[in-house]
Amino acid sequence: MSVTTRYDRPNSYIGKSVPRPNAVRLLHGRGRYVDDKVLPRMLHAAFLRSPHAHARILRIDAAAARSMPGVVAVFDGNDIAQVMTPWVGVLTHLSGMRSPPQPALARDVARWQGEPVVMVVAHSRAAAEDALERIEVEYEPLVPVCDMQAALAPEAPRIHPELDSNLCWERKIEVGDVDAAFAAQGATVVERSFTFGRHTGVTLEPRAVIADYDPAEDRLTMHYSGQAPHMMQAVIARHLNMPEARVRVVAQDVGGSFGIKIHTYGDEMATLAASKLLRRPVKFVADRLESFQSDIHARDHRITARAAIDGEGRLTAVEIDDITGIGPYSVYPRSSGIEGNQVINLTGAPYDLPAYRARLRVVFQNKVPMCQYRAVGHPIAMAVMEGLMDEMAAASGRDPAELRRLNLRADDSYPSASPQGMRFADLSHQACLEKLLDLMDYKTLRAECDRLRQQGVYRGIGLVSMVEVTNPSPMFYGVGGAPIAAQDGASVRLDASGAVHVSNSITEQGQGTEAILAQIAAEVMGVDISTVHVVTGDTAVVPYGGGTWASRGAGIGGEAMYQAARALRQQILATAAAILQTRPEKLDLCEGQVVDADSLEPRIPLSDLARMVYYRGNELPEGLQPELIASRHFKVSDYPFVFTNGAMASYVEVDPETGMVKLLGHWVVEDVGTILNEKLVDEQIRGGVVQGIGGALFEECLYSQDGQLLNATMADYLVPMASEMLDIHIAHVVTPTRTSELGAKGAGEAGTAGAPGAVMNAVNDALRPLGAHMAQMPMTPERILRALGRV
Amino acid sequence: MKSSSFAYRRAATAEEAVALAREAGEDARFLAGGQSLLAALNFRLDEPCMLIDIGRIGALRGIRRVEGALKIGALTRHAEIAASVEIAKHLPLVAQAIHEVAHPAIRNRGTFGGSIALADAAAEMPACALALGARMHLLGPDGPRRVAADEFFLGLYETALEPGELLTHVEIPIPPAGACHGFAELARRRGDYAMAGLAMMLGPRTGAGRDWARIVFFGIADRAVRSPSAEAAIVAGAAPEECAACATDGLDVFGDMNAAESTKRHYAAVLLRRELDRISDEENRV
Ligand SMILES: Cc1cc2nc3c(=O)[nH]c(=O)nc-3n(C[C@H](O)[C@H](O)[C@H](O)COP(=O)(O)OP(=O)(O)OC[C@H]3O[C@@H](n4cnc5c(N)ncnc54)[C@H](O)[C@@H]3O)c2cc1C
Repeated sequence: MSVTTRYDRPNSYIGKSVPRPNAVRLLHGRGRYVDDKVLPRMLHAAFLRSPHAHARILRIDAAAARSMPGVVAVFDGNDIAQVMTPWVGVLTHLSGMRSPPQPALARDVARWQGEPVVMVVAHSRAAAEDALERIEVEYEPLVPVCDMQAALAPEAPRIHPELDSNLCWERKIEVGDVDAAFAAQGATVVERSFTFGRHTGVTLEPRAVIADYDPAEDRLTMHYSGQAPHMMQAVIARHLNMPEARVRVVAQDVGGSFGIKIHTYGDEMATLAASKLLRRPVKFVADRLESFQSDIHARDHRITARAAIDGEGRLTAVEIDDITGIGPYSVYPRSSGIEGNQVINLTGAPYDLPAYRARLRVVFQNKVPMCQYRAVGHPIAMAVMEGLMDEMAAASGRDPAELRRLNLRADDSYPSASPQGMRFADLSHQACLEKLLDLMDYKTLRAECDRLRQQGVYRGIGLVSMVEVTNPSPMFYGVGGAPIAAQDGASVRLDASGAVHVSNSITEQGQGTEAILAQIAAEVMGVDISTVHVVTGDTAVVPYGGGTWASRGAGIGGEAMYQAARALRQQILATAAAILQTRPEKLDLCEGQVVDADSLEPRIPLSDLARMVYYRGNELPEGLQPELIASRHFKVSDYPFVFTNGAMASYVEVDPETGMVKLLGHWVVEDVGTILNEKLVDEQIRGGVVQGIGGALFEECLYSQDGQLLNATMADYLVPMASEMLDIHIAHVVTPTRTSELGAKGAGEAGTAGAPGAVMNAVNDALRPLGAHMAQMPMTPERILRALGRV
Repeated sequence: MKSSSFAYRRAATAEEAVALAREAGEDARFLAGGQSLLAALNFRLDEPCMLIDIGRIGALRGIRRVEGALKIGALTRHAEIAASVEIAKHLPLVAQAIHEVAHPAIRNRGTFGGSIALADAAAEMPACALALGARMHLLGPDGPRRVAADEFFLGLYETALEPGELLTHVEIPIPPAGACHGFAELARRRGDYAMAGLAMMLGPRTGAGRDWARIVFFGIADRAVRSPSAEAAIVAGAAPEECAACATDGLDVFGDMNAAESTKRHYAAVLLRRELDRISDEENRV
């Protein structure tokens, strides 16, 4: 598609698929990932992790390990606790939520298999691992509480004896007359139970940290593979009891995050504590095995849901009951309540829905902690609602597309709100659905499915209409007391050579943040993009702000960049006007020059202007500040979130004898508001779709009954690979958000949010003539065979 | 994880490799392509005292035509098998199956002999060796010996190889005219070890039946296993569904994370029926 740009001029970059400037550097192998960094006197950490899901630690004998060659120190939970306070992962606005203090290393009781228990610091990682083998820990195994439903039983052993049950948080919503809607004459009511397995983020670069404490300055520098440097700075300062300003967090290249790298991890925190204790740099890089055992897991829901339509096909009520297992602690500082909260907040969001009832229970269990991962809660909410829509369509003899048409919020109905109180503006569900049906040639595809069914070939189409929460305001975390900024800041300055330097508090994880920042600055400043230099990720350098999460980079950090660049532009024009003895409105910026606004005739190059300001300030008119720098911050006001919307379709073939699912087609129409860089947006959507398909068909953290993670390798935990994936067709509808001047909404999570539901609906469409139904993800071949009664 | 420390020696000849292994004792390992061994080391699942690198022994590499057979050097890479004209011409079963072994990068390093010596229960090459009646050429401290495939694969990662014994070649008889092959596997992702797989050779047609049949399943038991019941049914000329129905009769089948025992039995039957149907369709067409 073509994107309209505001200015069709030499330096129009907003809306263009500009290649990422940093891609070349990474492809040259010049990445600066944490593990690439080697500091003088640096040591390496390795962790002994609990082999039990639940066990009392009776005795730790590390004497032999201490005397191993190369070993510098061995720390257990009590040692680290001397310098680091435990943390509590609750948000006050999720009222009633509770979670006990969590130490960096387990003390007294280990509560998941993989929880760090002892840390060895040595001259090399290999030496540290050799020493781990010599540590003796005596455990008294306790009964593991793994199944989240069983964990709620009154007789279930309590994971935290100080709490009266294993319930972390419960929330209920009731709006409208739900019971009456279900009881109404002529209503079509369907009810389904869903199970969504646990999966995890599997970043290409695992979690990594170098902690570098300098006692001379009482300063701690953390080289960090993560998403939110300022949040980490606050967390570290608080729990190491240091002034925040003495903690510096530097996140340079990051090899993927997906929400995995935005939480407080005991092993990372212990590494920081160790550096402080040893007064030396200490590196910890998670290996793949410990990534599976300690990176946050995601999803893990058991849901019962009902929905009803009236005789006309109009949605009258939805009811949902969600139990979600979060491991033994609510994760700090974002809490593990947001995932479930999003599920009940977003279910039914695309539709006009008069009555809604929900119950959420967030449950402790002895598994790896669960927390926010790409598309937090969305894939569950969308899969449940869209699954019910398809079932209601089938039960009432309607085409699934037709039923959606009947019920989608109208494009001219905004602003509006859902029964849950979600406030919507600038959405385009109807336009997206129509565009999708057109793009995929829905009618022809339907006919093909029907024809092939006569020949014993089982193909199905799955549709999803969806919303995505993006650009959150302070209502997300800040109100709950977490040290998490909802605003982001940008600064921009012109140097003496006329080059533009920008910095921003949003971070680069491989998604192209730095590219869009450069695009925005270059366009506003009227310079070639190659003269823009971007810095992100360093708390000592960049303005204070939230970082990268919740699809907020472009919408919030990008808008701050836009405003900052506009401010500097005004400064430059004012300065130039003074020098050229004209008025700022008569001037403009183009191709690195101050130009005449009407004729675009060059008046003075930016470099000359900058040199005059910086070197020969004496030539400037009286009262003109010798500065060419501006900063702006931006937060979303008036709306708690900027919702985006989209529609997605999947086309699959199921082999009923083997249960194998073949993906034949996937289409996405997404409205991300103003598109800053279409290629980057499409990459986000495609990558997200692939992760969503991973959850739908492949990825699952498999546990034994006693809480042992069974598939903690890349051979056994199946991420989707290129061979399994297919072309993903993308189109856009553009409705800019009213909350900012740029009008960009978020794009990072939509693919993941919608894809699982689309694939599940497609599989169920294929299975329907065989009388089978899938409601468990991932939909493995064996589960499909079971649903078909073949095994 | 990092592997624990070990000594490293490189052998120039097969004899030297065997001599080094004898000196080092039971805890030494031959290092071929390293695609399985190094992973085991890095998980510290195996902590050998010494690796004896056989990767540069030229005599163990390559495919040669001998009397009625192809002789495949143990160090021949999977990728070389896949590119071999001789293999494509004489052993189409191997030629087809090799593409299902892992991914290109792994096939560039992994070796045919390593696959046979490792004897993973779900690996393709052991199953093909069994279906084709291969003979393994071994070299030990007491000299060379030969073991038939039927006697070579003994259990989970267990073979007739004695500690310190080196697999030097695999000799595979070229199937007679009129014989045909079948191959199929089910893996959740391309290149993964199979949930269930089938490698089979059928002798020339005799009436409705076959002169002989070697039906091998992989990924369902502790090793690649022949199915005597299916072989008997095929030789007797039973219909594909009937052959499939007894596919795993009498076999010890084990489930894994991707497929329970019953699912594996089901898969074995489906794979066999489909391949038999395909072969009979193709033969009827000619
Ligand atoms: C991601 C991945 C996927 C894979 N998927 C498949 C698959 O789908 N199918 C499949 O079949 N394989 C698969 N493999 C395994 C791959 O084919 C291995 O290369 C092969 O099994 C072992 O060969 P190697 O040369 O790498 O042996 P090595 O790893 O070097 O050795 C393996 C073992 O065999 C011993 N050994 C090796 N050569 C000899 C010899 N000549 N004599 C005696 N002992 C010897 C070694 O001492 C060691 O114990 C996969 C591997 C990976 C990493």
